[in-house]
Amino acid sequence: MTAEALYEILSKYAESQGIRLNRDRDFVMDILRGLLTNEKRYGYRSCPCRLAAAAGEKEKDKDIICPCVYRDPDIKEYGSCFCGLYVSVEWNEGKIEHRQVPERRPKEKRVM
Amino acid sequence: MAPAQRIKLFTLSTCSHCNKTKKFFRENGIDMEFVDVDLLTGSERERVMDEVRKLNPDCSFPTICIDEHNILVGFNEEKLKKALNIA
Repeated sequence: MTAEALYEILSKYAESQGIRLNRDRDFVMDILRGLLTNEKRYGYRSCPCRLAAAAGEKEKDKDIICPCVYRDPDIKEYGSCFCGLYVSVEWNEGKIEHRQVPERRPKEKRVM
Repeated sequence: MAPAQRIKLFTLSTCSHCNKTKKFFRENGIDMEFVDVDLLTGSERERVMDEVRKLNPDCSFPTICIDEHNILVGFNEEKLKKALNIA
């Protein structure tokens, strides 16, 4: 799949969830290329902003397969997911501050 | 003229925040070295992650190390400019 095709799919998916893709399309395309690279590399779309398990062990990366389990609480608290792929409507409209989203994934789950 | 700062980035090749950070340095003509940790394997990856852990116990990316003691985590243009004394 191309990043452009994925953009179309995820854009519709985001809207169906009441959220949006980041309005910065270039930034989003970069994230989507990272997602597709990870899909080729590991066999699943693990978060491109986090280090996946060394051997691409799906079970260990389950929580960071996009959309990660941290997306919704991050959007609720910051208006954006950790990567800045999914955002709230208000975030896209500039109605809430664009902050750096801290890592919510528990330390014991991260590749350290 | 102040001596050039020694800058090392720990990044992921797939990460857009990391890509923005690399681009920032390139566009500002600032020399840096970077290592894409996701492209490493085995003992090399472990060795580099040991280094990251010491600088940034959160082990998140990008981790930016300026002159071995000034550590910035994530891409924040304002903080970077301040750390690099860029107007």
